Amino acid sequence: MSASERSESLSSRPDRLLSRYAACIVWLARYMERIENLARILDVTETFARDDRDARNWLSIVQINADEKRFFAKYPQATAEAISRFYVLDRDNPTSIAAAIGCAHENARTVRPLISTEMWSQINVFYNWVRQLGESDIAPWRISSLCAALKESCQLHSGITEGTFFRDQGWSFYAMGKYLERADQITRLVDIKYHTLLPSVQAVGSALDVSQWNALLRAGAGYHAFRRVCPRGMTPTAVVGFLLLNNSFPRSLVLCVQQVEWYLTQLRVRYGLRGGTRALEHFDALRSALIDQSIEQIIGSGLHEFLDWVQQQLNRVYAEIAGAFWETPQEQSQQQ
Amino acid sequence: MTPSSAQMQGGLFQRYDAGGFFCEMMRPAGRSEAGIDLVVERLARMDLEDLRRRANDAERELYNRGITFTVYSDKNAIDRILPFDLIPRILSAAEWTQIERGVIQRVTAINLFLADVYNRQRILSDGVVPRELVLGNVNFRPEMIEFKVPHGTYAHICGIDIVRDEAGQFLVLEDNARTPSGVSYVIENRHMMLRLFSDVMSGLRVRSVENYGMALHQALAELSPQSVTDPQIVLLSPGIYNSAYFEHIFLAREMGVPVVEGRDLVVEDGHVWMRTTAGLAPVHTIYRRINDDYLDPSVFRPESQLGLRGLMEVWRSGGVAIANAVGTGVADDKAIYAYMPRIIQYYLGEEPILPNVETRICGEVDGLQYTLDHLEELVVKPVGESGGYGMIVGPHASRQQIEDFRAKLKANPANYISQPVVKLSVAPTLSPEGVACRHVDLRPFAITGERTWVLPGGLTRVALRQGSLVVNSSQGGGSKDTWVLE
Repeated sequence: MSASERSESLSSRPDRLLSRYAACIVWLARYMERIENLARILDVTETFARDDRDARNWLSIVQINADEKRFFAKYPQATAEAISRFYVLDRDNPTSIAAAIGCAHENARTVRPLISTEMWSQINVFYNWVRQLGESDIAPWRISSLCAALKESCQLHSGITEGTFFRDQGWSFYAMGKYLERADQITRLVDIKYHTLLPSVQAVGSALDVSQWNALLRAGAGYHAFRRVCPRGMTPTAVVGFLLLNNSFPRSLVLCVQQVEWYLTQLRVRYGLRGGTRALEHFDALRSALIDQSIEQIIGSGLHEFLDWVQQQLNRVYAEIAGAFWETPQEQSQQQ
Repeated sequence: MTPSSAQMQGGLFQRYDAGGFFCEMMRPAGRSEAGIDLVVERLARMDLEDLRRRANDAERELYNRGITFTVYSDKNAIDRILPFDLIPRILSAAEWTQIERGVIQRVTAINLFLADVYNRQRILSDGVVPRELVLGNVNFRPEMIEFKVPHGTYAHICGIDIVRDEAGQFLVLEDNARTPSGVSYVIENRHMMLRLFSDVMSGLRVRSVENYGMALHQALAELSPQSVTDPQIVLLSPGIYNSAYFEHIFLAREMGVPVVEGRDLVVEDGHVWMRTTAGLAPVHTIYRRINDDYLDPSVFRPESQLGLRGLMEVWRSGGVAIANAVGTGVADDKAIYAYMPRIIQYYLGEEPILPNVETRICGEVDGLQYTLDHLEELVVKPVGESGGYGMIVGPHASRQQIEDFRAKLKANPANYISQPVVKLSVAPTLSPEGVACRHVDLRPFAITGERTWVLPGGLTRVALRQGSLVVNSSQGGGSKDTWVLE
């Protein structure tokens, strides 16, 4: 940033936002979203994976997070117990819930001047609660209620945030962080699950097969909505199409992408920030890929390649936002 | 009919014994205060279980709201609360008037002293304070010589530590003119009391502590370069790992300003700017909560990552204001403290409204001899330390500790001052054994812009260990809400 990029007004303006705060508010939102997604996936895996495919289902969580190397350095097998320990309790695992709430808490502490007292207090209580969780809390008969409690804590955070967070720039950055993370998570989930479940194409229509797709929908709280949209059956294509392209489903890729674009536009329109222009350019391509194609076309030309491309686009959007609003490479690497 | 406090003891105070010390609550006969008696009466009706329940609620709430400081051990970060005692410490209107006037007098003298030693040095030429003690002091900053600060104010935020002896006389124990902390607890403690002790407070006219943030903002705004009508104030913090970070956040929120770190700031074109999402934005006043030597690596410690390179130059040329000014540490040094009554006399021609504790300077021959001869009776403190570190309380020390200390003192006498042990006043405090007497002090906070304003009350610190005289939070101290009655 050079002197020529100084904001014009010389008097103080209440809507000024420190760059470092913008970064931290994005990451606060991302970590909270990440915790909720992980709790959802652990929960449905626990509930629906009690069969011969147990190991493969648990393994898919490792794959979603691209943690194969680190996980297998610690555990020989992807058992329910090992996965729960690695993803709930293990603070040394950066993708665990314990690590994520630690990061969320630290970011919240940094932006404490910006967020409401109620937001801070709830995150603080949540953080202290997660930190005292132990082995007995992840016992197989308790993991489901633990996941429910984790999920609810994230939802409580969302509710308090919606109800108390001042609607200035900070809110837009928060929302961008949340929807970017949610978009990223849904692409990972669909990518891994679709391929994990593909061998079952031979067993289309069997009870087992349907329960797996049920589980995938339930992970995103989309089961009942899907039934309303597609009451007649459950094909892999329809489920994937729903998760990616339904623009009423609050966790769908297309809805999340549209939200990120909207909030990014707000920064320019409402707050006069000029920094987001390059990030916005990526949305033309994203939008046409998501709106101008049917799910059959997407699957036909390679779902994995498509999702991979979407993830790369999302990463570019994030990098452009970070570069435009809070810069310095070492700061970016610290946040993650 | 108002029975004296001593006769009122029932319930909570049934077994309370002030142990011969001046008690802030159970005033000696003839010195009772109607407002305090009313509180005693209300508290006496409460039972111990009720008080313990409320104390637990308070503790949980402080913890949940993150009103904590963080202790780091290995890779674990443990959040601790500053222990809070619900039984308030109460000051009458008359007592407060004396403290307020005394604090204003003291802060005025401190600022005049600083303006003098960094400019004409009259007090040194007149031989009132030894030249060497000032110019050779580690906290004297030659960079400040002949630099004119706005309104002649150096110490904009001051905390004056006051104790009370067994006769009930207020004495100043220490001045804090660098970056005194603790004011956030004053306000948070009050919020806690309003929630948990509303029945006890009901109908009492206790002076509000709500406007500290606004007063601070105003004083900081008064400092900013004169051409700016709506100055941008920031609080410069070492960051989230600093033990006072909660207070930094608290004050920033109360003022509605950002907490910045050195890395958020840049110096360009003779001004200080902060990095915002809209580009660089000007900064006019910096309330810094980092020490002098970390402020600007081009002038002080070159390795400092906390400060801002070039800040001193911008400040000196009037591009930005800084509070507190650099170099105030020379005024709150424990060796200078001994001269404070003479400093007040010299600049103001007044007797100190709040006397000092009798103090001997071990760097002086007589002072050292007296101290060595009476080690068992004295408190001996290193001049450069704060937080209660490195001191010895003679009557509480073992023979071995005293002999070890004697050797340290002889090796470097100039590093120490000694004072008689002040029999600090006590206040009833919840302890594992019930309500018992514990020693307290008081740190009022003064803000000086164009004039000095003192927040009614201040931080009452309490030594939670039975018999202990050390109230510092790092040494097992807690705090109480301080009520100033109207």
